[in-house]
Amino acid sequence: MEALLEPIASLFGAAWPAVWTLAKIVAIIAPLMIAVAYLTYFERKIIGYMQVRIGPNRVGPLGLLQPIADGVKLLLKEVLVPSATSKGLFILGPILAIAPSLAAWAVVPFWDGGVLADVDAGLLFILAITSLEVYGVIIAGWASNSKYPFLGTMRAAAQMVSYELAMGFALICVLMISASLNLSEIVRVQGQGQFADMGLGFLSWNWLPLFPMFVVYLISGIAETNRAPFDVVEGESEIVAGHMVEYSGMTFALFFLAEYANMWLVSILTSILFLGGWLSPVGFLPDGFHWLAIKTSMVVLMFLWARATFPRFRYDHIMRLGWKVFLPVTLFWVLVVAVWIMSPLSIWN
Amino acid sequence: MLENYFPVLVFILVGLAFGVAPIVMGRLIAPHRPDSEKLSPFECGFEPFEDARMKFDVRYYLLAILFIIFDLEIAFLLPWATILREIAGTESLRLFGFFEMFVFLGILVIGYIWVWKKGALDWE
Repeated sequence: MEALLEPIASLFGAAWPAVWTLAKIVAIIAPLMIAVAYLTYFERKIIGYMQVRIGPNRVGPLGLLQPIADGVKLLLKEVLVPSATSKGLFILGPILAIAPSLAAWAVVPFWDGGVLADVDAGLLFILAITSLEVYGVIIAGWASNSKYPFLGTMRAAAQMVSYELAMGFALICVLMISASLNLSEIVRVQGQGQFADMGLGFLSWNWLPLFPMFVVYLISGIAETNRAPFDVVEGESEIVAGHMVEYSGMTFALFFLAEYANMWLVSILTSILFLGGWLSPVGFLPDGFHWLAIKTSMVVLMFLWARATFPRFRYDHIMRLGWKVFLPVTLFWVLVVAVWIMSPLSIWN
Repeated sequence: MLENYFPVLVFILVGLAFGVAPIVMGRLIAPHRPDSEKLSPFECGFEPFEDARMKFDVRYYLLAILFIIFDLEIAFLLPWATILREIAGTESLRLFGFFEMFVFLGILVIGYIWVWKKGALDWE
């Protein structure tokens, strides 16, 4: 590989590290965008089947070209900037929504060593960059200067920060066990333990000792991405589409891409933090990216399943769940895990 | 060490470019025929009235303040959580390293109970 790239590297000279990094970034973003496009297709298809209808089936065989048709349609729609808006901020909103949801992928490990930036503060970076997502929503809603976006933004901001707390405390528990902020290291730690030695790797992953945190993280992930049943933020039947009401064409498409990219992100993080990342569930099968792909797809499927199953939560119920249920539960579990690690019964030494 | 973060920086820039490019493309490719009706704020069919940036519930402020307190707490917990296993393995640090954080957390919990009793977390 190295020898093969030598002539190309010499062609670019000093700029080569930057060019090579860019190539790797494209190699992450391109499959991600295909995954995002087809997630919209599978969402419609799966929810369709759950409601005993067949979903999109006209564009291409089995409707497989539907996402492409949707993309082209959005590209050909007028980009409107309504006259009451704050123009600069209005354009900035969708950009700030999509940038963090892509940038977070810089530290995601796909297989052992298969990570763009193997930084020791990976989890901290994820926490920081996903917090920025709320700015895209706030700026978009405020800049729209219209009533529905304004209401949607207030709800979105409050909801996203509330569930960020629960997520944060859940991550603290993972940290205590893995003793590292490096995402690759977090996966490797899950591959050690009595069960892993017995060839039953899936029992030594974090989901088992941290089961309540796993559930909290998953539900908070749905709330963070403003997906059903926590979609009061953009609930079509009450506030139209929340902060996205005034957006059209590609500006709207960016919010849409960001939302689905975030779904993939939360799913892959759940897989990495709690479900052993690229590790194989049983000893006799090889580790690898395929396991991460399977686990992530399962978690994403859960997102869709939840949307098809549950009615929308009322807003005060959402806030109560975040502040009065998840927060005490996670705080308590931080205590439990800390005592567990301190006690002679610790399984992580 | 620091060069590990170079790809992260590039990725953030690519992410921003990924946001700008479609908007520019949409502006260039798609038709652009604005008129005053099209450009008025959306309001379910009728003429927009009053300022959209209206007064809103004070609880949102309260929530933002509470969020900052708890988020800072998480920031303080991060380094402690990272070395907890090391603390557990060091005899001289064991009790101190363990209980110090729980004094810290205890103060937070007292505050949390107070906030709850005051009704700051109620949304009815």
